[in-house]
Amino acid sequence: MNYKININGTTKEVDVEPGTPLLWVIRDALDLTGTKFGCGVASCGACTVHVDGNPVRSCQTFIEDVGDQDVITIEGVNGKVANEVQKAWQQLDVVQCGYCQSGQIMSAIGLLSETPNPTDQDIDDYMSGNACRCATYQRIRAAIHLASKNLEG
Amino acid sequence: MNIKSSRRDFLKGSLATGAMLVIGLNSDGVFAAGTADATLNPFVKISGDGNLTVILKHIEMGQGTSTGLTTLVAEELDVEWDKVKTEFAPADVGKYANLMMGMQGTGGSTSIANSYLQYRKAGAAARDVLVRAAASKWGISPSEVTIENGRLKAGNKSAHFGEVIAEAAKLTPPAEPILKKNSDFKLIGNRKIHRKDHISKTNGTAIFALDVKIPGMVYAVILHKPQFGAKLKNFDASEAKSIKGFIDAKALPTNEGVAIYANSTWNALKARDAITADWDLSAAEMRSSDQMFNDASALLDNPTYAVRGDRETVRKANMEAAQKLEVEFRLPFLAHAPMEPQNCVIEPTKTGVIVHDGCQMPTLVQQMVADILGLKTENVLVNTVYAGGSFGRRANPTSDYVTEAAMAFSLLGGKTPVKLVWSREDDIHAGYFRPLAVHKVSVGLDNQGAIVGWDHRIASKSIMKGTFLEAMAVQNGIDNSSTEGCADTGYEIPDMSVGLSDFITPVTALWWRSVGHSVTGIVMEVTMDMAAKAAGEDPVDFRLKLLPGNTPAQKRMANVLKMAADKADWKKPLPAGWGRGIAVHESFGSFVAEVVEISTNGDDIKIERVVCVVDCGLIINPDVVTAQIESGVGYGLGAAMRNQISFTDGVIDQSNFPDYEPLRIADIGKIDVYQVKSDEAPSGIGEPGVPPSGPALINAIADATGKRVTYLPLSENGISFV
Ligand code: FES
Ligand code: FES
Repeated sequence: MNYKININGTTKEVDVEPGTPLLWVIRDALDLTGTKFGCGVASCGACTVHVDGNPVRSCQTFIEDVGDQDVITIEGVNGKVANEVQKAWQQLDVVQCGYCQSGQIMSAIGLLSETPNPTDQDIDDYMSGNACRCATYQRIRAAIHLASKNLEG
Repeated sequence: MNIKSSRRDFLKGSLATGAMLVIGLNSDGVFAAGTADATLNPFVKISGDGNLTVILKHIEMGQGTSTGLTTLVAEELDVEWDKVKTEFAPADVGKYANLMMGMQGTGGSTSIANSYLQYRKAGAAARDVLVRAAASKWGISPSEVTIENGRLKAGNKSAHFGEVIAEAAKLTPPAEPILKKNSDFKLIGNRKIHRKDHISKTNGTAIFALDVKIPGMVYAVILHKPQFGAKLKNFDASEAKSIKGFIDAKALPTNEGVAIYANSTWNALKARDAITADWDLSAAEMRSSDQMFNDASALLDNPTYAVRGDRETVRKANMEAAQKLEVEFRLPFLAHAPMEPQNCVIEPTKTGVIVHDGCQMPTLVQQMVADILGLKTENVLVNTVYAGGSFGRRANPTSDYVTEAAMAFSLLGGKTPVKLVWSREDDIHAGYFRPLAVHKVSVGLDNQGAIVGWDHRIASKSIMKGTFLEAMAVQNGIDNSSTEGCADTGYEIPDMSVGLSDFITPVTALWWRSVGHSVTGIVMEVTMDMAAKAAGEDPVDFRLKLLPGNTPAQKRMANVLKMAADKADWKKPLPAGWGRGIAVHESFGSFVAEVVEISTNGDDIKIERVVCVVDCGLIINPDVVTAQIESGVGYGLGAAMRNQISFTDGVIDQSNFPDYEPLRIADIGKIDVYQVKSDEAPSGIGEPGVPPSGPALINAIADATGKRVTYLPLSENGISFV
């Protein structure tokens, strides 16, 4: 079946079956591979993308439910918050294997867009769905604080 | 970078063209200079525009080797750090062997240890020919030429590397190029340089195997056997035929699964759900976990192998001891669960195939795939890409997921590119677990609280037996990976006996981040804590008495222990409801002590802070070392808190992250890492953070609550965390 999808600011057409998770549409049909597959059951956050500005788990979002909402992936994310988050991640060398990090960054952008000045507790609450097997959590927390500070200044 | 260009780069890399200076090992194993078409497999490449690329013989799976190996070359060449590029090496054991393994592979925390001099020499050899080439161009002596920020200089003359590479490629570097003095290091030991992968992994451009797409590629998933030792009888794919995009399903020749092909990952997964299969369970593991533990425990009445000491002497000493401690430990199977589920792509070429893989043992993979496909090994190329974690899992003696992909590729006719994808469920069920282990320890103390005897019996599945590593790793029947960190403990224990029995099961076992130390670190350090308590002594003082400094290792172990106690204000009283625990362990040549501080609200436990001190010899990248300790601590704590692979009637109880719950951000407070300044040879860092973390937590819980846990995970003992 053909669907139109607004992805990273352009409209694309994809031929997939109803019930196909947005994750696999993005990866296999649209060849955008920055969004990762980690669990497929909304339990790791590696597949996090923005739908109309909100972080969602694309492995549990189905193509027929996307409609004309705007889907933004790590490849297409931009703006002040996104830039500061990515810069902070780079400055603090947060990444290790890096496989979870697109999802971490997409969630962190969501957090800072809602809560510009989060406490440790806010970060822990918001980011707890994003697993990192390399356990880069301490640096994720620090990078979110750094991005928040730089956004203020 | 997109997928197609990364593939082009790979092909270009193997047939490189254009002006190039390469430094690589020649057939005598000495660094030589040449041009791109020379038969050198390079370690260093310098292009016509003067840019430096370092070829990485070790995979980057998060542990920071792409940064570490590059630092070693860049240091000797005095280049600008941010401009240096990296590339993964092809499979070539002659050129890119791990000098500590004798094969091309990454593991055992050896990347820096085995490369430290080799990569510096490669950089120094490049420096030598560049400097001499510049000197002859300018008609001056090489001693007048310096390199600053990647430019050759002499007086007011200046050139970038590219300007002299043609001349440099004709020169022969000395067999032992002169290396920099440690005091001249600018990059080694520099905390400010960034990881080489810090940008590509924050903007989605880093390429992992799951991101590789080849034109015409089909997607394969495997319907795996439901339990270990099961064999496929038959399967029925008729329901799958109605799934759009489903291509075919074929039994693997090993009868351990069914390969299912489709035009997308999702369609393949859907088709798999529609396929049913019958399995022959006659040789399958049918036990439940309790039974397995009881069976392993029973083996300890009479250990098969005497690993250390004389058990009778120790038993006698313990019999006469004033106090005796008897403890049994039960540690479960553990899955590695790297964030990227295992996958790879097999792409046909004119003469063979390319395996696109986050490949931890390229030459093994090459051999395995060549065998399955009936190819010459040299016609199997390995394109190593970033690996989304491994923790040991990718390096397994049968290269399990790669051989599945090769079988799937072959079954489909060997002409169509195949991407094999495991789901998380496949990963959790596929075995190669950290083996289950039962330890029984009995410790005798005299009336002064000193240890008079330590009898230690171990039952575990051998990791090495039955693999190609057996000859190397098993001596007199004893698999060192079952006893390391125990039989060779750094503690001065007057009378210690260690016995070992192999627990037999078809469940496959593998090195899990820190291997045997992931078990022995817990057993030794929890027992030590219990012994200190029995002796009525402070756990730090008690340990220090057993580390009198008779060997360099004892000195280093005592040093990190003292430093950790000091940094954590060990003797300072904690608020009510808080507790702290300490542990110290040597693994992979490195020494790590950790203090875990927890609080309790009566019900739940919160990890407030972890203080770590690491001595891993000379430090190449201090920030990577800190990151690896943070990572190891998290990995070890998460497992101790709530991870296990358990069985009910031979079937694994867990299937995905909801029941194999990884450590989460809210689980862990601050981790403070301190490093010992050292000029000793660099030793491991990817794994040594793991072993002390679990026991330090267990000891902290005992301190705070009085509850002593020796059967893991903690969550199975009524302990919950906030
Ligand atoms: S893949 Fe979507 S949450 Fe894990
Ligand atoms: S960086 Fe490896 S899983 Fe997060």
